[in-house]
Amino acid sequence: NTFLPAATVDRLSFHNLQELRHSASLATKVFIQRDYRDGTICKFQTKFPAELDSRIERSLFEETLKTLNCYYAEAEKIGGQSYLEGCLACATAYIIFLCMETRYEMILKKISMYIQEQNEKIYTPRGLLLTDPVERGMRVVSFAKSQDGPAGFGSPSSAHSPARSNQLSP
Amino acid sequence: MSAVMITRKVTRKWEKLPGKNTFCCDGRVMMGRQKGVFYLTLFLIVGTCSLFFAFECPYLAVHLSPAIPVFAVLLFVFVMAMLLRTSFSDPGVLPRALPEEANFIEMEIEAANGNVMAGQRPPPRIKNVQINNQIVKLKYCYTCKIFRPPRASHCSICDNCVDRFDHHCPWVGNCVGKRNYRYFYLFTLSLSLLTIYIFAFNIVHVVLRSVDSGFVNTIKETPGTVLEVLVCFFTLWSVVGLTGFHTYLISLNQTTNEDIKGSWSGKNRVQNPYSHKNIIKNCCEVLCGPTYPSVLDRRGVMLEDLSSPTPSDASAASTHKSSNPVSQTTKSSAPLIPNEHTPDEAKPGIGAGTQKSTSSPKEEKPPSPTSPNAVAPAVIKESSH
Repeated sequence: NTFLPAATVDRLSFHNLQELRHSASLATKVFIQRDYRDGTICKFQTKFPAELDSRIERSLFEETLKTLNCYYAEAEKIGGQSYLEGCLACATAYIIFLCMETRYEMILKKISMYIQEQNEKIYTPRGLLLTDPVERGMRVVSFAKSQDGPAGFGSPSSAHSPARSNQLSP
Repeated sequence: MSAVMITRKVTRKWEKLPGKNTFCCDGRVMMGRQKGVFYLTLFLIVGTCSLFFAFECPYLAVHLSPAIPVFAVLLFVFVMAMLLRTSFSDPGVLPRALPEEANFIEMEIEAANGNVMAGQRPPPRIKNVQINNQIVKLKYCYTCKIFRPPRASHCSICDNCVDRFDHHCPWVGNCVGKRNYRYFYLFTLSLSLLTIYIFAFNIVHVVLRSVDSGFVNTIKETPGTVLEVLVCFFTLWSVVGLTGFHTYLISLNQTTNEDIKGSWSGKNRVQNPYSHKNIIKNCCEVLCGPTYPSVLDRRGVMLEDLSSPTPSDASAASTHKSSNPVSQTTKSSAPLIPNEHTPDEAKPGIGAGTQKSTSSPKEEKPPSPTSPNAVAPAVIKESSH
């Protein structure tokens, strides 16, 4: 009996993700820390934590983390493209960054789509929820284990984490 | 019954960020706490350049070349852009650990330390990591409840852990860290060039004019020159020295913080594990490396606000909302929709009251995030995330 205008469709899917996150906040969490052996570049440890042993196969976990590490390595690579971007931006006194998206930001978007896809295909059916490290200050990759086992998180119907503002600020 | 959107100020994440930063322009601008010296810097640069454009440039443009003021303008614009970028951007602040992460780390520490005898001090919280065959100690930050990544440090003025912390600069009113170091360096470099430029052309101008009209008359005609020369003279020594110092640090891939603490001074065969041992490579990494985005998400919308639109509209919507008057419903009997300033005890009653005056709970915006239990079931509180 509630009146729902057309724009509420978006809100409903938002609502579902809210519920997902709400149940994630009640779950136990497993944190994968950063791997600093190669310096300050963004890289996560690929060691399989014992707490996830019952929920997911080691190979799937390692595959996800290795792909994430590759994405971050590509974002932080110091090569032709980063020089070009840096020099071009410097020549415009970095004003161009007010309208253009940096390479790192584009790769972060790719990463968040990848994580969402991994959640849909692999993790949520097993009762796990993978959070994007960018929401934790790039410090940890966190897996939320639902209390109810594989049914715990249902299926995330919304496309992305809506809380993150699309305009990444300077 | 028509759907009535209640206009309310959207709460953005910057409003709830811990730490002692100042935010402006709805979270777009982020600065340190003390801004007095920053205003002085702005005043000195703008003031001196204005005097230069007013007194020297007309004469020099006519008698020497019009390129002189043009180049001065370009240099001035570059200096201001770099200063504002350094001052207004996020230096690389590491967000504090949320409760679950903090507990997880505490458990790890307790497991590592084992049992501590009563009365004994627990051992310092340090993690050792090996970076490029060098042991680096990661310290635990009691304020942020995290093990600081290598090269990060906690700034006591801003009360934040900053990645690749260099120093807190009062002249720019902000910390200098991973994200804004290159802007800071370019600021000092371009300011040195601008100071040298203005100083040199002041001298040229005085000399040229004195040949025509004598020294005393020149000073009488352009009194600004004396002021400019004074400011430039004192600025030269400090800014050029600072630029030289930072050029040295960049070529070694060190931060001011590490230099002051003597972390890689070479005693005990400790060497800088981050340096590529090649000056060009070090410079390229610091100055031409990727531009790291901020992980703070200052302008993200707080999740308690259920009926707010999707984030791509959120920023447009919030500016739109802020310009609308807060007259919420068309019903005159509707009581005030509570906001952050409503005292807490008033909220539950108001929450119940608004339920009946508006069309549906889904349309209605919930009251402030500080007391989310006031309104009914439609609100899902993002407690710990």
